[in-house]
Amino acid sequence: MINIRSIGFAYSNLSPLFKNFSLEISRGETWAILGPSGCGKTTLLYLLAGLRFPIAGSIEIDGERLTRPRPHSGLILQDYGLLPWSTVRENVELGLRVRKFYGDDGKHAPINFQPENSEAYWLERLGIDTIADKYPAQISGGQRQRTAIARTLALEPDLLLMDEPFSSLDEVTREDLQSLTLSLCAEKQLTLIVVTHAIEEAVVLGKRILLLDEVPTRTAKVFENPAAGTEGHRGSKDYQELCNLLRREMQHETA
Amino acid sequence: MKRRDVLLAAVALLVIWQAAAMIVNLPILPQPLEVLRVFFRELRRGDMLIHFAVSLWRVTAGMVLSVFVAAPAGLAIGGSKRLDRFFSPFIYLLYPIPKVVLVPVVILFLGIGDTAKIAILFLILFFQILVLVRDQASGLAPQLIQSLRSLGAGRRALFRFIYLPASLPAILTALRQSIGTAVAVLYITELSATKYGLGYYIYYKGSTLLDYPAMYAGVIAMSLLGLGMYFSVDWLERKWCKWKFVS
Repeated sequence: MINIRSIGFAYSNLSPLFKNFSLEISRGETWAILGPSGCGKTTLLYLLAGLRFPIAGSIEIDGERLTRPRPHSGLILQDYGLLPWSTVRENVELGLRVRKFYGDDGKHAPINFQPENSEAYWLERLGIDTIADKYPAQISGGQRQRTAIARTLALEPDLLLMDEPFSSLDEVTREDLQSLTLSLCAEKQLTLIVVTHAIEEAVVLGKRILLLDEVPTRTAKVFENPAAGTEGHRGSKDYQELCNLLRREMQHETA
Repeated sequence: MKRRDVLLAAVALLVIWQAAAMIVNLPILPQPLEVLRVFFRELRRGDMLIHFAVSLWRVTAGMVLSVFVAAPAGLAIGGSKRLDRFFSPFIYLLYPIPKVVLVPVVILFLGIGDTAKIAILFLILFFQILVLVRDQASGLAPQLIQSLRSLGAGRRALFRFIYLPASLPAILTALRQSIGTAVAVLYITELSATKYGLGYYIYYKGSTLLDYPAMYAGVIAMSLLGLGMYFSVDWLERKWCKWKFVS
């Protein structure tokens, strides 16, 4: 589904984050991108979202070169990106309103887009229907993240990109939303790519974990984690071992 | 702020005025009850209502015009780094100039009619709104913009769904901050070359007819004009920016 071909990327006047970097991601896979601050994981997500562009190489999704945000990709940011002046309901409807604003032009919105589920379905599905008329400032961090997820899923994407989505949440809410994200991805057959700096989160969410630990990144250091998302995986022996392995890898690189 | 507190403050000011009038005991400072009596008499039988309407028209026209020109300009400049780089030096130089000193220049160019008076009010409000809206638009969290872009929004949708609603409080704040100055400048512009407007009314009653209670009645009318506009902006903010008042 995603083909990253020999990309290079650097912010102006800064040393490059990626050099000749390639990676392939298949449809329906769940990936976690793990690494310390400044390693380029959020940049990679923005490149995949079509919000930034490589200075060398190319990124293709479903055989099409990425030149702008793709209507079938959904992005959820760390601070949720909710409009403070819109209620929960209006925020959930936002993507649909943007699509109506442009019409089915194939550029900003897919041609003949007919959402399978209404905004009311997503409000209920994410358990935020009771707070639909509240503003983001009136709800908790977990509810804000649920709103952001509902807003993105209402557009029925096939690729879900998440940037440190649960980092500012308490542990119980975080685990709850991690499980919800995995079940929604399985239900809707989404390809999931989550950026995180938390090893445990990467091991819970990613069936494949991409570790970015040296700048510039040239090769993809990928760890297989096939049990991710299965019942009882969190806290299991495999889970602990992979967490320890990743911790050693990250410590080794930063030492 | 509670309405009761505002009412109490108004009563306190009237009491201070009454005390000052009793102490001074001169015709140039009549007692508030006498002024209020004249105020209502002038409203019913005199021509104060016409003067009030003319002043209201001039200040409203200046405000509406400045909002419709300055707000889109501020949004465009704040939303584009290139435009900001080009226009910011001009704004930097022009913003601090006290626009009231341009009154004679504007009259020379636009004559002595309503156009000049509205143009001066426009000049004062324009820069206030422009600067506040530009700063609001350029200071928007990049995550908010990226988030909407990821939902498919291009430049037009960004303006419709982010820049415009985000700048609405800035527009209203600029209006609120400028109302006092606008009404003051309105008074100055109505002192000459007109026979209508509260500025003319106050000056004529006080300096020509020496009718001090009527002059103070004009001052009350002008204060009510400013206060009414202030309350209107507050009302609009509560109606359009509900999210700012939630807890």
